[in-house]
Amino acid sequence: MSEEIALMKGNEAIAYAAIRYGVDGYFGYPITPQSEIIETLMEAAPWKTTGMVVLQAESEVAAINMVYGGAACGKYAMTSSSSPGISLKQEGISYMAGAELPALIVNVQRGGPGLGTIQPSQADYFQTVKGGGHGDYKLITLAPSSVQEMADFVGLAFDLAFKYRNPAMILTDGVIGQMMEKVKLPAWRRRRTEEEIREQCPWATLGKTADRKPNIITSLELDSAAMEKNNERFQAKYRVVEATEVRYEEVKCDDADYLLVAFGSAARICLKTIDLARKEGIRVGLVRPITLWPFPSEVLQAHSGRVKGMLTVELNAGQMVEDVRLAVNGQIPVAHYGRLGGIVPTPEGVLAALKEKIVQ
Amino acid sequence: MLQEIVISGFGGQGVLSMGKILAYSGMMEEKEVSWFPAYGPEQRGGTANVTVIISDEPISSPVVNQFDVAIVLNQPSLEKFEARVKPGGALIYDGYGIHKKVERKDINVYRVNAMDESIKMDNTRVFNMIVLGGLLKISPMVELENVMKGLRESLPERHHKLLPMNQEAILRGMEIVQQEQQAEQV
Repeated sequence: MSEEIALMKGNEAIAYAAIRYGVDGYFGYPITPQSEIIETLMEAAPWKTTGMVVLQAESEVAAINMVYGGAACGKYAMTSSSSPGISLKQEGISYMAGAELPALIVNVQRGGPGLGTIQPSQADYFQTVKGGGHGDYKLITLAPSSVQEMADFVGLAFDLAFKYRNPAMILTDGVIGQMMEKVKLPAWRRRRTEEEIREQCPWATLGKTADRKPNIITSLELDSAAMEKNNERFQAKYRVVEATEVRYEEVKCDDADYLLVAFGSAARICLKTIDLARKEGIRVGLVRPITLWPFPSEVLQAHSGRVKGMLTVELNAGQMVEDVRLAVNGQIPVAHYGRLGGIVPTPEGVLAALKEKIVQ
Repeated sequence: MLQEIVISGFGGQGVLSMGKILAYSGMMEEKEVSWFPAYGPEQRGGTANVTVIISDEPISSPVVNQFDVAIVLNQPSLEKFEARVKPGGALIYDGYGIHKKVERKDINVYRVNAMDESIKMDNTRVFNMIVLGGLLKISPMVELENVMKGLRESLPERHHKLLPMNQEAILRGMEIVQQEQQAEQV
């Protein structure tokens, strides 16, 4: 066994990956089911080694604004929370989208609405990909379905966030956060020096130099004509992201008569359903969106010309199903199966729903 | 090889750590493993439980409905999981915590008197290791040697002096586990 392979929770993998990726600061406030992120960081004490700051803020709102401050200086800044706490952060996320600041926000979802339950849920899909905060903005959204992807997506999220100067979210849930699996942590990368940040992020507010005008980071623009120009620039950027950064996984789609569409923990459950269904002679495949925004509409559209129907499986009352229906545009039936409020669907339950709603 | 196991008992009985040691042991054998706890209010009383999957192949769902082996350490756990053992699968219970009979006839039933034995050993903290020994005897999914490696890996170094005691408890569990019922053919 390789020394590099460890057994850990998804939440712990996020924490260790952040330290190894050279993240400059984590600002958070504890909430189940993601408190292991800040606990692991506090225990690892990276301020003694890499110099990474780990700070428990007085609230979620404070934490997201600390992230804003760090990001404005071109630093790799992140926060994490679970659904109720993420709702509190929405103002800050909208401000960062408006100020074009790169940062990572992790949402280990639990069942809502309100304080709800601490059990797993995917009911924040709409909040994440359709807005959440105010204004016409988009949040780059990655949905890991394993502990390995929890580790891998920390770096990927920062890379995308800095490439497009846009906040990015890892949208996961209590299953992936709390479960332990084998994981190979990313390679060590040292934190960027101030000189490197100046060079790579000429927009960052690191102190004005004689050869340029002051950098101003703000989402405020009271001149509507100028604000419209800003919005047009954001929209043009979002179209580039949509054309360039779509990620998804296809499982057993080649010979499939029916497709399951699911992300994160629900996709893992669907893998088992595929085995159960194929034993009964029902040829099922899975399309697993990895980026929820940008959404893999094209691949679903392509499959819709070939398969007889699709079933989305979500830990919610039917959210991603709307995007699947938009992609498929009425060509084939698309149904939804989900469990609510913290109940996790079983592979057998998914199979029963597939037979009832889709299989002809 | 695919073993889907649930371990369930009261919070504080060492259910989650027993699952963790099992998962580590599987990893030591270079198998795929997953460990998913019920992390809700259960862990403060009621039925704390954990699903451990050990497999030669990549694991699909870490959340399953049917188990090859259910280890139940209190009455609510028996009531919750008896129906969810696969036909021909195994149910292991501790006589101290279970006072109603198992009703299923299509599963193998084993009894391991771990609580009584741990009192005899004058160390109730090794209770869960005795249960683990019982599991390994009836379903040798991992080698004892790798269990000890797994224990070493999952325990903080300051507790490594406790390793021989844990090994003794596992061996004791292997000795005292008894089959109570053979599954009827269905």
